[in-house]
This record gives sequence, C-alpha cells and structure tokens, in this order.
Amino acid sequence: MDLSEKNRRTLPQIAADLKEKKISAVELAKECFSKLDERDNTVKAFLSVDRDAVLAAAEEADKRRASGNALSDYDGIPVGIKDNIAVRGETLSCASKLLKPVVSPYDATAVSRLRAKGFIPFGRLNMDEFAMGSSCENSAFQKTCNPCDTDRVPGGSSGGSAAAVAAGIVPATLGSDTGGSIRQPASFCGTVGLKPTYGRISRYGLVAFASSLDQIGPLTNSVPDAAALLDIMSGVDSMDSTSLDAAAPNSLEAALAGASGRSLKGVKIGLPEEYFASGLASGVDKVMQNSIELVKSMGAEIVKVSLPHTKYAVAVYYIVATAEASANLARFDGIRYGDRKEGRDLIDTYFKSRGAGFGDEVKRRILLGTYVLSSGYYDAYYLRAQKVRTLIRRDFEEAYKKCDILLTPVTPNAAFKFGEKSDPLQMYLSDIFTIALNLSGDCGVSVPGGIDDATGMPVGVQFLAPALGEAKLLGAASAFEAALK
Amino acid sequence: MPETEIDIRYVAELARLELNDSDAAKLQRELGQIVNYIAELGELDVTGVQPTAHASLLTNVVREDVRKASFDRAEMLKNAPGVVDENLVKVPQVLPGEGSN
Repeated sequence: MDLSEKNRRTLPQIAADLKEKKISAVELAKECFSKLDERDNTVKAFLSVDRDAVLAAAEEADKRRASGNALSDYDGIPVGIKDNIAVRGETLSCASKLLKPVVSPYDATAVSRLRAKGFIPFGRLNMDEFAMGSSCENSAFQKTCNPCDTDRVPGGSSGGSAAAVAAGIVPATLGSDTGGSIRQPASFCGTVGLKPTYGRISRYGLVAFASSLDQIGPLTNSVPDAAALLDIMSGVDSMDSTSLDAAAPNSLEAALAGASGRSLKGVKIGLPEEYFASGLASGVDKVMQNSIELVKSMGAEIVKVSLPHTKYAVAVYYIVATAEASANLARFDGIRYGDRKEGRDLIDTYFKSRGAGFGDEVKRRILLGTYVLSSGYYDAYYLRAQKVRTLIRRDFEEAYKKCDILLTPVTPNAAFKFGEKSDPLQMYLSDIFTIALNLSGDCGVSVPGGIDDATGMPVGVQFLAPALGEAKLLGAASAFEAALK
Repeated sequence: MPETEIDIRYVAELARLELNDSDAAKLQRELGQIVNYIAELGELDVTGVQPTAHASLLTNVVREDVRKASFDRAEMLKNAPGVVDENLVKVPQVLPGEGSN
C-alpha cells in the first residue's frame, strides 16, 4: 500500500509547498504524471489523461501565482474526475461503449467551481458503467484494481476515483454517490469519501442515473480536504433546480477545529442497532468496536438508536433507483450522440444501439426499472417503495431526536476479490449500510477506521448526519481521523 | 419462495433493448430472483403513508423566462453519429416499410 507521506499529501500541504515555491504547478502536474506512469499500468484507475491540457492549465496557474493573482491557495492542484462528470473537451463515456465517442461541450458546475479556484481537472476516472455497480467490474473498458491489493476490487461505482487517490496519483478526485458509490470505494481503498446532502452540490453536468438520489462528492486524503472541496463546490445553481439555496456549509472551518481539538465532548453519537445486528465480518466488527471505544474516549456520549426499516432499504433502493434509471437512460438511443448501430428503421436503431451499447448490469437495471413501472406492477412495486422510503426517512428523523450523528459500518466486508460476487442480488445486498442515506437525502462520510485483520485491507467507518449537517458531520469525522493517527 | 415469472421479451420491448436468446434466458432468471426479493415490501402495512418521490428540501422552483445564448450548434453536432447539411442530425427512416433513406 502506498501510504507514504510524500505521495499522499493533503491539500493544505500542497498549497503550502506551492506558496513557498517549493514546487510549481507544472512540477506538480509532472509529479502526478510520473506517479501515473509508475502506478496506473497496474491500478488502471484512469481511462485517459489529457496531459497537454493539464500542463497548459498548470502553466497558467504558475503565471497567475507569479504575478500575485493566484485564484486561491489551491491554484494549480490537480483533481481527478469520474467519467460521468462533464469536463469541457474531454470524454464523457460513463465507462459505457454506447457513449465512448462522446466529448463534453461544457463543464459540470462542480468542475467550473473548482476551476474558479484554480484546481485543474486531471483525467477521466474509471467507474462501473453508468455508475451501476459496487466493484468497477461493470466498466466496459478496463478493470481497476485496489491499490492496496491488486487481486481485489477498488469498490464502486467511483472505484477509479478512490484508487487514484489511494495510489497517490492525484491528491483528490470527484465521484458520484447514488447508493454508496463514493463511500464504499473510499472504504475499500482507504481514502475519505463524502456524500453531501441532496442538493448541496449542483448535479448539472453529472450524467443522471437516479435523479432523486445522485450527488457529486469528493474523495480525498483527509477529512479537511473533503470539507475544503465541498465548501467550494456547494451552493445554488440556476442550471439545477434541485440545488439548495442554503447557507454555506463552512465545513472546512469545522473540520480544522475538529482536527486540532480532537474532542467529541458534548457530541451524542448514535449507534443504529440494525447496523450491528449480524453479518459483519469479524475484522470489520473489530474496527467498529475500536472506533466506538475511541469516540467514547474522546468524550462522545454513545446512544443506542433504532432504524427499524433498515431491512427494507435494499428493496426500496433497487426499485426507486432502477425506475429512475430506466427513464433517465431512455435518452441513450444512438441518435443525437454516442455509438449508433443502424437498424431497419428508427425504432430498430434504438433496439440495436441500446442492445449493443449497454453492458449486462445496465440492461438488468433498465429492465428491472421498466418492469416495476409497467402497467399492473406500478402500485405493487414503485408506489409501495416510495411509501417505504417515507418510513425510512422517518426512522432517521426519529434517530436524530436522540443523537447528533450516527456511527455505522460502511460495508459488511472489506474489499473482495475480482469475480467473488458474481450473483447480482448478493452484490446489491452488500450496499445495505450505504443506500439508506441516499433515500433520506442526508449527508455522510466514510473515513479510514483501521485494517481488516483477515485480509489486511482498509476498513472505513461511516458518520451520518441530518440534511445540511456537514459542518457537524465533518467536524466530528475530522476529530476522529486526527485522534486515530 | 416460488420465483416470479417475468415476461422478459415484453419488458425488453418496452425498454427498447435488443436481447439475444441466451441473454434473455439469463436476465429472466436473474430478474426473477431480484423481483422475488423486492416483493418482501409487500409484508409492510403502508396504509396512510405518503409516498416520497424525492428527498429534496425544496418544493417548487420558478425562474424568469428569459432568452439566453445556448450551445453552439456545430459543437453540439460533433457528437452526433450522423449529420446532414452540417446542420441537422441524420436519423434512420422513421416509418417502417419501403422508402428512400
């Protein structure tokens, strides 16, 4: 595992080096390229990197800094971008054959806000096709390996985003989280991964999978790094009517205070009993028990809470998410963009382009979503799932009456081996601890918590907080992270 | 539990997805298992529970209807698989039957 400090520097460390002229933006970009050359032949986190574009942007950053016009302390720092988030002039394939030829004509709002502070979009990161999967094995193009053990998956769907940070290629990346797709790979690879409150970060330029669940978020080497990126990317956007016009999260301030104070005095941390009931691998359970002891020793008050509808979350999720996906992915028909397979007529062209362009998991989910929305089944599946979604949200509201944040496992197991989970339903069930957060719309973060003694792989712990509670969430997570070191 | 029988060909028709025979058989079996699993929601009493369509904190969002510049047509057409007159997306014949293409 590549955990050396030199290769996994935090954003403030890099910012200080840039400020003190220990390194230029161009040199930093070249360091990332050499790390890419050294590690990515085996890790395969990146689908592509436009080195000329990165270097050109780095030269601009150096010029700005030399003339005293740096856009921020971070001006010139590269950030890797998942292949479903639009960057002008770069591919936007969602790791799908169907969208392989597509080049984005615009920047996602999250990307343009990072650019405005001088961050440089660096490469296209591998993922499960259309963000559907938990292992990156559903990419149409390549297998990304876990940098900690290349026989194991990096997690998914933002597997490339987690692996690129864990391998020390770039200091931070963006991913998207529809059911755990940032937090689970972060846990598997040993990085921090944040799923912000629904609406915190504009989804403009994020290729839609399940619109009521999708959120963009950062994967980083530290909690304050994730907070810094969140603060920059968040805020209302006229291009996404679901983006929130809320007070700024100010989560960096809270995270830095947490890191220096290392205290959780006065914080009530809830442990949802259903998340500890059974099925946790013993190594994961040990990391959880150590984490609970640690937060207690930091002054937190531990509260037992219950989320009684937890056992239904997977079923609700796979109805709601696939229903929304079946509608969102209807636009990929080989007509206006993407890889077209000509048929006898227009409708046959749809069938052929979609049949040839989509991989197995995407087909499975489109079909499931179509089925649960189809006449005669809508009430039994989709409408009922929406009602149970209400019950799941109420569970969280009740729990947060008794505590400030929740502490839970991220996944029942550490990173598994390639091909180990070939049954789709088994793969879905492993999402049990992450998906409820997307259904509730609240915020959560995965933070490295320890090592699974059975596999030697990293294990994350998950902190959850109510909607717009990122400052509290990241303050506590940062205190935990600092105390663990 | 008995496995739910899904008419996979009908669902694929609705979804505009071409499936070969072996894929269809495999997907039929897999979807049957998944649908069997999600059917556990049937055991819950949801009488009087309002459905949640989204978790947004917002209700209606309105804006002024103002005209503004959009994307450049030529740039957008670069992604089209077929273009006619440098101006239009070329599509296959829309209505089935004989005709020029």
